Amino acid sequence: MGADSIEGTARLDTATTPARLLVAGDWTLAHYPALQRTVAALGAPLAVEAAVDFSALGRLDTAGATLLAGLLGARRLDALAAADGSLPAARRALLRLVDQALESWETAAPRPRRVPAVLALLERIGRTMAALWRQQLLLLGFIGLTLQTLARVLPRPRRWRPTPLAAHVEQTGMDAIPIVALLTFMVGAVVAFLGATVLKDFGASIYTVDLVAFSFLREFGVLLTAILMAGRTASAFTAQIGSMKANEEIDAIRALGLDPMELLVLPRVLALLVSLPMLTFLAMLSGIAGGMLVCALALDVPPAMFLDMFKQDVGVRHFLLGLCKAPVFAFLIAVIGCLEGFKVGGSAQSVGEHTTSSVVQSIFVVILIDALAALFFMEMDW
Amino acid sequence: MSAAADARAGAGAAPAVIEVRGLVNRFGAQAVHEDLDLDVYRGEILGVVGGSGTGKSVLLRSIVGLRRPNAGQVRVFGEDLLALPPERRSRTERRFGVLFQRGALFSSQTIAENVATPLIEHAGLDRAQAERLAAVKLALAGLPASSADKYPSELSGGMVKRAALARALALDPEILFLDEPTAGLDPIGAATFDRLILTLRDALGLTVFLVTHDLDTLYTICDRVAVLARKKVLVAGPLDAVEATDDAWVQEYFHGPRGRAAAAAHPARS
Repeated sequence: MGADSIEGTARLDTATTPARLLVAGDWTLAHYPALQRTVAALGAPLAVEAAVDFSALGRLDTAGATLLAGLLGARRLDALAAADGSLPAARRALLRLVDQALESWETAAPRPRRVPAVLALLERIGRTMAALWRQQLLLLGFIGLTLQTLARVLPRPRRWRPTPLAAHVEQTGMDAIPIVALLTFMVGAVVAFLGATVLKDFGASIYTVDLVAFSFLREFGVLLTAILMAGRTASAFTAQIGSMKANEEIDAIRALGLDPMELLVLPRVLALLVSLPMLTFLAMLSGIAGGMLVCALALDVPPAMFLDMFKQDVGVRHFLLGLCKAPVFAFLIAVIGCLEGFKVGGSAQSVGEHTTSSVVQSIFVVILIDALAALFFMEMDW
Repeated sequence: MSAAADARAGAGAAPAVIEVRGLVNRFGAQAVHEDLDLDVYRGEILGVVGGSGTGKSVLLRSIVGLRRPNAGQVRVFGEDLLALPPERRSRTERRFGVLFQRGALFSSQTIAENVATPLIEHAGLDRAQAERLAAVKLALAGLPASSADKYPSELSGGMVKRAALARALALDPEILFLDEPTAGLDPIGAATFDRLILTLRDALGLTVFLVTHDLDTLYTICDRVAVLARKKVLVAGPLDAVEATDDAWVQEYFHGPRGRAAAAAHPARS
């Protein structure tokens, strides 16, 4: 394999009768492309009757043996195995082994051909649509299963699992506080800047306070938190459960007579039901604080005046409307995250695919529900 | 006959391709290896045995450079892998193949792609050449043609082992590291596997480092056996010498009911 390796050759000497095939040099993987050209030039398997001379053969590995076996053909190999000549027994055994392997492979059924691109595209569209429909049914079924498990566990305090619940609340809630607070603070500041710029033209820049308050209480607080949770928590749930699935841990849970819904799904769903509303509340505070800072610095509205306007103009109703969406989002995000985890197949790639899918789905569902809710609240004049 | 056969006759004569000196491996406060020495000679099949948790796999990982030992030195082909610059290290690593305990096939590739990948990456073959060679290796390992386009998750445990062997053989390595290759294979498959290793060793002059619990494998193909116990290599030598070692664990291992059955099945060796 090093630099001292001599490229293998095969030369047909037709001067003598019968013709002689001279095999020389190293028949190894390092020289494979060159050797393959040599073999192709001679035409494999060799048609003419020829005695084979291996006396100058250097190294031989399975790659070289494959080419050599192809060049010599099965019949000549059989003859070789019977007589001993210039090739040691161990190498004849290797040639035989490779030849047998090739034979069993080539007599087996041909590998399926690829279908034309247009048909493949149509097939893909069909499959995607069918999968989308199945996915909706599956999600509804899984929601039902989760609620059923909850109803079964709730009246039996012995089967409540406070420890995993607390651990998940810590992971999904407490650990997310910095990112949620920082992000909503900055969005709050941006909204205030925007409001100040636009409302100034109407001499109404003081209403920036209302803009920030309404938008964060009704929409942004809960929406931003939910989207963050979809990216942060749904993906984590999918990856955790998916890895367990790939590792047959889910099967082990079932085989032990335990219920994976109760053990894995319920604690996660309940934990997100606890932490997402709390984070939403934090997001509202933080966003309004961001708006307040901009008002104080850019509009000369001091915090005391900001809060006065807040109390006057904004009813507690808006806060409740925003907050009531949080548990719905929490439930859907957690359920989608867990369901995608259970759908993972055996491979690492599958874990990745389903993690992506769970984030995309949960963000989509969150925004869809939020839009529907906004329409409904508007029609109800709330 | 080849150099391999000479090595079998007198293991001491062939040069050592793997030298382990004063190896220390610790996990936290727990020491797995303490001042461990081991030589593996060119062309031999060395069986490494030991109770569960005696660090057989850790030793393998230390030798192939996947684990930096806490102390001591490991030389493969006379070179310390962990001290080599990346380019030279990669070149040395191409000279050995590793079969991991659980196969460690790339789950996002088909079986054929798994074997073809090192050929394309390192041997500079094009896809068609690599796939043809991959087919040969898979057939050598005893896999049917129909399995080539399957993904590892669709295969049984025994087939995963075979595919992993095919990948370990892909670059025609000089040293083959096998971590419990026959665990999970049926007896017929295991016997075929043993014969395949023997044929390849004889024809290619392979050196084989074999971690195993399979007594039949030990009796059929191993030239030397190294027993890992009490954080060291307790004894390393031909099977009959190891069997005669005066140690409670070795006696229990080779002369327990399973050891006796395996020995009786291979009278030629014992």
